[in-house]
Amino acid sequence: MKIHEYQAKDILAKYGVAVPRGEVANTVEEAVDVAKRLFAAGAKGGVVKAQIHAGGRGKGGGVKVAKTMQEAEEYAKKILGMQLITHQTGPQGQKVQRLLIEETAPIERELYLGVVLDRASARMVFMASQAGGMEIEEVAAKDPKAIHKEFIDPAVGFQPYQARKLAFALGLKPTQISSAVQLMTGLYKACVETDASLMEINPFITTTDDRLFALDCKINFDDNAMFRHKDLKELRDVAEEDPLEVEASKYALNYIKLDGNIACMVNGAGLAMATMDIIQYAGGMPANFLDVGGGANQQQIEHAFEILLSDKNVKAVFINIFGGILRVDTLAQGVVEAAKKTNVKVPIILRLEGTNVEQGRKILKDSGLNFLIGETMKDAAEIAVAAAKGK
Amino acid sequence: MSVLVDKNTRLIVQGITGKEGTFHAKGCAEYGTNVVGGVTPGKGGTKHEGWPVFDTVQQAVEKTGANATVIFVPPPFAADAILEAEDAGLPLIVCITEGIPSLDMVRVWSKLKLSTSRLIGPNCPGVISPGKCKIGIMPGRIHKEGSVGIISRSGTLTYEAVHQLTQRGIGQSTAIGIGGDPIIGTTHVDALKLLNADPETEAIILIGEIGGTAEEAAAEYVRQHVKKSVVGFIAGQTAPPGRRMGHAGAIISGGQGTAADKMKALTAAGIHVVQSPALIGETMAKAMGKA
Repeated sequence: MKIHEYQAKDILAKYGVAVPRGEVANTVEEAVDVAKRLFAAGAKGGVVKAQIHAGGRGKGGGVKVAKTMQEAEEYAKKILGMQLITHQTGPQGQKVQRLLIEETAPIERELYLGVVLDRASARMVFMASQAGGMEIEEVAAKDPKAIHKEFIDPAVGFQPYQARKLAFALGLKPTQISSAVQLMTGLYKACVETDASLMEINPFITTTDDRLFALDCKINFDDNAMFRHKDLKELRDVAEEDPLEVEASKYALNYIKLDGNIACMVNGAGLAMATMDIIQYAGGMPANFLDVGGGANQQQIEHAFEILLSDKNVKAVFINIFGGILRVDTLAQGVVEAAKKTNVKVPIILRLEGTNVEQGRKILKDSGLNFLIGETMKDAAEIAVAAAKGK
Repeated sequence: MSVLVDKNTRLIVQGITGKEGTFHAKGCAEYGTNVVGGVTPGKGGTKHEGWPVFDTVQQAVEKTGANATVIFVPPPFAADAILEAEDAGLPLIVCITEGIPSLDMVRVWSKLKLSTSRLIGPNCPGVISPGKCKIGIMPGRIHKEGSVGIISRSGTLTYEAVHQLTQRGIGQSTAIGIGGDPIIGTTHVDALKLLNADPETEAIILIGEIGGTAEEAAAEYVRQHVKKSVVGFIAGQTAPPGRRMGHAGAIISGGQGTAADKMKALTAAGIHVVQSPALIGETMAKAMGKA
């Protein structure tokens, strides 16, 4: 699960990670009020930052530095409500619903700090780099040695000596080391206690008056751990997600919208990905990823149909089921009922294999509905691609 | 021969009195696996479907002589169940549970790497040696005894590969579902080592998916150590970056873990890489000279 920058900064602040003074604003009036308070408290400027989940906001025009109150209001009017387009939003962009207004800081250096789950070592790794402000992936590709890493033993946790090693590797001044250690320790603690799979401070800045700040930060939480973080669940912003994906999540359906025109319904994540791949191999484009799981019932299949068909690009539906535990006849019955109920107009192509497959195929045949059956996954994919092209 | 499991396997089921545990305990027993009991804390001393139930794994091991366990415990308690099995000294721990928090697995893994216990999974279908023993949730009847070993991060995609082989009359030695999570007990490389050392495994199917770099490591291992024919498939060639495709571990992040990179690494290691999942069986048949 992703959250907004202002939410991430609230969490970091609780763990003693210094963040610039600032407040969130949902309207231009609120933004002006926040700016007034910041300027009154001695801020030299105010940064108006669009709050969307996607990165690259600055380049897209979603982050502006205001030197005066007038400028702050001007930028707030301009950014709030805009469709902000970045390299992560896609061409349609993402509507800006709220702003974070922060005081500016006299930046001396821009650095990078991050804690992330490292799959290969099965440990959390703390990363630091002098190349702040750049995407860390870019740094890793250009100059991997520029990223300093400390692997963390889960039994003992992140140790002060590790933080010191990183702090010195960043070239911090002796006067900055102890606050850096404190900040890094707080970041690791925040990560572990909130079950984050990623916490990134980029840039992590030093100021000309010797202070350290998290100027921007990003947090991803482990979805599997949300059962023990009811408070964090509240931070989910469904406006940032695809409406069909939000709908699917209500019925425990694993759905991801894509750009093609052949909808897929599959049991199992691996087979669902493989089904998308075989559609492309046959010359088509998948409209979605959908894993209905091992125990899909009729209601779930009905909801799945509704979701697939509310994507207006869809020209054909490809159902690929390998019935292991899930019996094929049960599934076929569900598909027939769901197709009748949802009044499907596009061709439905099925490839069914596994337990009770003959009975399943008979149910489809006797339904009076126009199903197209592929004997193998390859046949079915080819039929689906042809059907989507109107052949 | 087979790896990990055989006729001498004595299996207990952690979470045997639950719905899933009951259903699959029966499924394993019907296939011929020697299921010797189960564990549900608080229900020790009772019988469930004829099997003795114990409060702790240690008691179950002492009383039944079990040498393997399969875990059907809900995600919040599954890491604890794995650690309990390790503490009881069980050499083989198969964890089916999907949805265990990553940080729980970080702790489990740091304990297991110093242990003699082997963990398969979590978030996996289990392990089967056709005709001998099944530990897990896979449909037994699609399998056939034979000489192809299978390693896969995905359940239904493993069934797909098995089915394509069986339809061509090609049997399997052992199919290992290693699991779809970012942190798993037995990696592609670990499973490759087992199958490579098994004299009756003639050829190997390696099924991977987007996310992480485990397939690249497997490719390197194959290049250096494996003389047997290997057929590979990577799911997620059409998956968009930054999105989690069902499995917790199936995500391209920071440009790492793409299907293209993995396929390139596998091909460079001399593995027969198929672009279409429908070609797994056919390609293996050709590689084995059985087409």
